[in-house]
Amino acid sequence: MTATTPLWEVFIRPRNGLAHKHVGSLHAADEVMALQAARDVYTRRGEGNSIWVVPSAAITASDPDQTAENFEPTADKIYRHPTFYEIPDEVGHM
Amino acid sequence: MYSQGLIGADNRTEETPEFLARFQKRIDAEEKIEPKDEMPEGYRRTLVRQIGQHAHSEIVGMLPEGNWITRAPSLRRKAALLAKVQDEGGHGLYLYSAAETLGVSREEMTEELLSGKAKYSSIFNYPTLSWADMGTIGWLVDGAAIMNQIPLCRCSFGPYARAMIRVCKEESFHQRQGYEIVMTLAQGTPEQKVMAQDSLNRWWWPSLMMFGPHDADSQHSDQSMAWKIKRFTNDELRQKFIDATVPQAEYLGLTIPDPDLTWNEEKGGYDHGPIDWDEFWRVVKGHGPMAKDRIKARKKAWDDGAWVREAALAHAEKRRARKIAAE
Repeated sequence: MTATTPLWEVFIRPRNGLAHKHVGSLHAADEVMALQAARDVYTRRGEGNSIWVVPSAAITASDPDQTAENFEPTADKIYRHPTFYEIPDEVGHM
Repeated sequence: MYSQGLIGADNRTEETPEFLARFQKRIDAEEKIEPKDEMPEGYRRTLVRQIGQHAHSEIVGMLPEGNWITRAPSLRRKAALLAKVQDEGGHGLYLYSAAETLGVSREEMTEELLSGKAKYSSIFNYPTLSWADMGTIGWLVDGAAIMNQIPLCRCSFGPYARAMIRVCKEESFHQRQGYEIVMTLAQGTPEQKVMAQDSLNRWWWPSLMMFGPHDADSQHSDQSMAWKIKRFTNDELRQKFIDATVPQAEYLGLTIPDPDLTWNEEKGGYDHGPIDWDEFWRVVKGHGPMAKDRIKARKKAWDDGAWVREAALAHAEKRRARKIAAE
C-alpha cells in the first residue's frame, strides 16, 4: 500500500438562496478529482447546483469534551429570547 | 442492499459501569451519537463491523447485476440497470465514509474484504442466471434491504443514520424497477412466465436468509437493540418482509416456493416453512456458488486500479509542487 488518498468533506447548495450544506465525504487525490467524484456520488438526482469540497484535514472543530462549557451557558440566558419580555396584548404584535 | 450485519460481531466492552450507564442514558433519550463523542469500545467495534459489512455488500452487490448490463433487453432497461448499479456504488461510498468517522481507514476495510476477513451479505454469492434475476433481485433483494434499512435511518449513530436516509430514498427506485421487470415477464409469453417463476424459486429462500439467523440464535442482537443500532429483531423484519411480499407475488400470478406458507389469522401474518440454515452458514462462510468469483473480481478491480491511484496522487503532488514554485 502506497500513500493514502486524502479525505474531502462535501457541501452542496440545493438551490440558489440556500446555504451549502454538509452531505458527506469522499477520497480523492486532488481538488479537481474531488469535485468530479462529489458530482457523481452526491448529485445523481438533482440534489443541488453548486458543490464545495474541503480537505477534511483543514477543518478545525470544537472539542466534544468541552460541549457543556461551550454551549450550556446559553440555556440560562433566557433574557436573550423575545418571549422573556412581557408586552401587554393591547400593544399588538411586536 | 444490506449486510447480515452482526455476524461475528464482538460487542464486549470494558468501560466502568458509570460510563456505560451515562452512555445508555443518552441512547435511551434518543440522542444521536456523533463520531467524536465518547462511546463504549464495543459500540464502536459493532458499528465498524456492521457499517463495513454493509458497505462491502453494496460494492459486491454491483457484480451480480453488472453481469447483465450488456445484455439488457432494451435501452430503457439498460439505462435503468446502469443507474441502479451506479447507485449501489454510491451507497457503498456513503457507508465507507460513515465507517471511517469511527477511526477505521478505507484501505483497512478494503484489505479486510479482499482477504476474506470481512463478510458481506450472503445473497451476492448466488449467480444471476437469467434476465429475470434482474427483476427478482430488485423486487426481493432490494425489498428485503429496504425492510432492514428503514429502521436503520433511526440508528443511534448519526453518520450511519444519515447515510441510510440517502440510501433508502434511492432504494425505492430499485425495488420498483425490479418489480416492473418481473411483472412484464409474468404477463408475457408462457416462456417468460416460466423464467419469472424459476427466478422467484431460486431467490426466495436466500432473500429470507438476508435477515440473518432466528432471534433465538442471534447472539449479538440484544446489545445492539439496547444501543439502538438495531430497532427490530431479525425475525420481526423477516415477518414484515413476507407479509408485504406474498400479496405482490399473488398479483403477478407467481407462486412462492414454500408449501408450508399459510396465513395465520391469529398473528395477522404468514407462517413459513423451515429455512435451510446449513446453506446459510455455508454461504456466509464463503462457500456460496459465486463466492470465489466475487472476491476475485473485486481483487482484480483493486489491483488493476493501483496504477490509476498512484498516478492520480503523483499528478496531485506535481501540481502542488508547481504551484508552490510559482508563488
